[in-house]
Amino acid sequence: MKKNAYFGLYIVIAILAVLPFVVPNSFYLDLVIRMAINAVIVLGLNLLIGFAGQISMGHAGFLGIGAYASAVLPTHFGWHPVLAMAAGAVVTGLLAGLVARPIFKLKGHYLAMATLGLGIILNIAIRNEANWTGGPDGMPVPAMGLFGFELSSDKHWYWVVALLLSVSVWASLNLIDSPFGRALRALHGSEVASQVVGVDVVRYKVAIFVLSAVFASLMGSVTAHYVGFVTPNLADFFHSIELVTMVVIGGMASVYGSLVGAVLLTALPQALATFEGWETVAFGSILMLCMIFMPKGLVPTLAAKFGKGD
Amino acid sequence: MALLDVKDLSIHFGGVKAVQNVSFSIDSGIVYSVIGPNGAGKTTLFNLITGVYKPTAGEIHLDGESIGGKSPNELATRGVARTFQNLQICMNMTAIENVMVGAHLRLDRNLIKAALRFPTLKRRDAELREEAAELMRFVGLGKYVEARADSMPYGALKRLEIARALAMKPRLIFLDEPAAGLNPKETIEVDELVRKVADSGVTVVLVEHDMKMVMNLSDRILVLDYGKKLTEGTGEEVRKNPDVIAAYLGAHA
Repeated sequence: MKKNAYFGLYIVIAILAVLPFVVPNSFYLDLVIRMAINAVIVLGLNLLIGFAGQISMGHAGFLGIGAYASAVLPTHFGWHPVLAMAAGAVVTGLLAGLVARPIFKLKGHYLAMATLGLGIILNIAIRNEANWTGGPDGMPVPAMGLFGFELSSDKHWYWVVALLLSVSVWASLNLIDSPFGRALRALHGSEVASQVVGVDVVRYKVAIFVLSAVFASLMGSVTAHYVGFVTPNLADFFHSIELVTMVVIGGMASVYGSLVGAVLLTALPQALATFEGWETVAFGSILMLCMIFMPKGLVPTLAAKFGKGD
Repeated sequence: MALLDVKDLSIHFGGVKAVQNVSFSIDSGIVYSVIGPNGAGKTTLFNLITGVYKPTAGEIHLDGESIGGKSPNELATRGVARTFQNLQICMNMTAIENVMVGAHLRLDRNLIKAALRFPTLKRRDAELREEAAELMRFVGLGKYVEARADSMPYGALKRLEIARALAMKPRLIFLDEPAAGLNPKETIEVDELVRKVADSGVTVVLVEHDMKMVMNLSDRILVLDYGKKLTEGTGEEVRKNPDVIAAYLGAHA
C-alpha cells in the first residue's frame, strides 16, 4: 500500500459530486447509476478474487437473493423494504457461510465449479418458484422509502448509490491495509506461509466470501428498488461471469481497478450498440485484446507503466 | 524438561516411509541441527512438527502438551515459527508487510474495526510497522524496508523469511536451510544471524547442508538417513561416528 492510496478516493468523490450536473440526460444518469451499483459489487468481489485469491462464479446468485428478498417480502408479506433488504443480506450471509466451509476445502477449478453450481441452483430456484417470484417473467418491486421519504426519482437514487460507492471504496482501502487484509493477501501469496504465522486460512476465506456475498445481496436489493422490476436474469450465470470479467479487466487486487472495470463493462455494451448485430463480437474482441496485452488488468498495467501503484 | 519431545514419529506416503520411528528431544535455549543426505527426511520432519503434515504414528510434545496432528496455525499460537527451504514469501505484498504478517496473532484481526479504520487499529499498525522495520534491520535488510518483496534478491528473501518468523515472537524457530543457495559471504552472515537469534533466547532448530555452519552453531545434532535416526549427539560425537561418515560418503565401511 502506498501512502497516497486514499488520494484516489478524493478523486472518486469529486467525480461523483460533479457527475449529476454534467450528464446530458436521464439516459446517461441511469447508465452512471448502474455503473456505480456494479462498482460496489465488483469491489466486494475483488476482495475475494483479487486480494484473497479465491474465485466465485456464482455471485449473481447472491445478488438474486437480495433482489428477490426486496421484491417478494414487501409484496407478499408487507415487510418494510429496509427490513426486506436486511433480511436478504442476512439470508445471503448465512447461506454463503454455510456453503463456504465445504467449498473452501476445494481449490482452483473445483472451487470455480462449486460456486458456479451454487449460482445456478439459486437461479433455478428463482425461476421455478413462480408463485412467489413470477418465474421467468419476473415481478415488480415496490418503491423504497426511508423515514417517510420516498426514493422515486433517478436523482435520489444517484445520491444514495454515490454514497454507497464512496463508503465502499473507503472501507475496502481500510480493510486491505489492516491486519485482516494483510492476512487475506498473505494467504493468497502463500497459503502455507500464512498458516504457519497463525492465519486460520479457511476462516478468512469464509469471512471474505460471506462479506462479498452480502455486498452483492445488498446491491441486488438496491438494483431491484431502483429498476422497480426484477427478472431471473439478474441472478443468472452470465451475470456472474460479467462480474468476474469486470474484476479481471479492471485489475485484480486493485480497488480503483474494480471501479474502472465496472464502468467500462457497463458502458461498453451501450457504446457498441451502433455495431448492431456485431456488438457481441466487438465486445468479445475487446475483452480478448485486453487480456492478451494487459493480463494484469487495466489499472495495474497502467500504474506500472507510469510508475505509480495504488 | 525438554521444550520439544518427539517420540517414535513416523509418516508414510503410500509405501514410502519418509520418516520412521524418529525420537529425540530438544532443550530450551539451544541450537539443534538436523542433518542428513538429500532425501533423508529432514524437511518432512519439519513439516510433521510444524503441522504441515499429520504424522502416521508417534507423539510430539511441546512443553508437555501433545501437539501431534495440530494444524500450523494452532502451533503458531503456541509459539512455533518456521522458515521454508523453497521460499514462501508473499510476492503480492511489500517486504515489510511480509514481516508484519508474522505478527498476525498479536494483533486485533477484527474485520468491522478494520473496515471502519478504528484509530486503535491504525495506531497499533503504525507501531508494528516500526517494529517490523527494526526486525528487518536486525536480520540485515535495513535497505529493503521500503521495497516490494518481488523486487528483492534471493539472499535477501531468505532473511525476510527469518524476519517474518521472528515477528511472531516465537519460543521455537525451525530454519529450513537458511543458507541454501547463498554465496560464502552471505552464508557467514546468516551464520551470524542464527547465532544472534539463538542469543536472543529463541530455541533454534536448524536444517542445513553447510557443515561448517552446522558444526559452528549447533549444541546438538540429529543425523537422519533414509527417514531413520542414524545418531544424535554433539558435533564432535557426530563427526566421529562411522555410520555418519558412511552415509555421507557412501563408503561401504
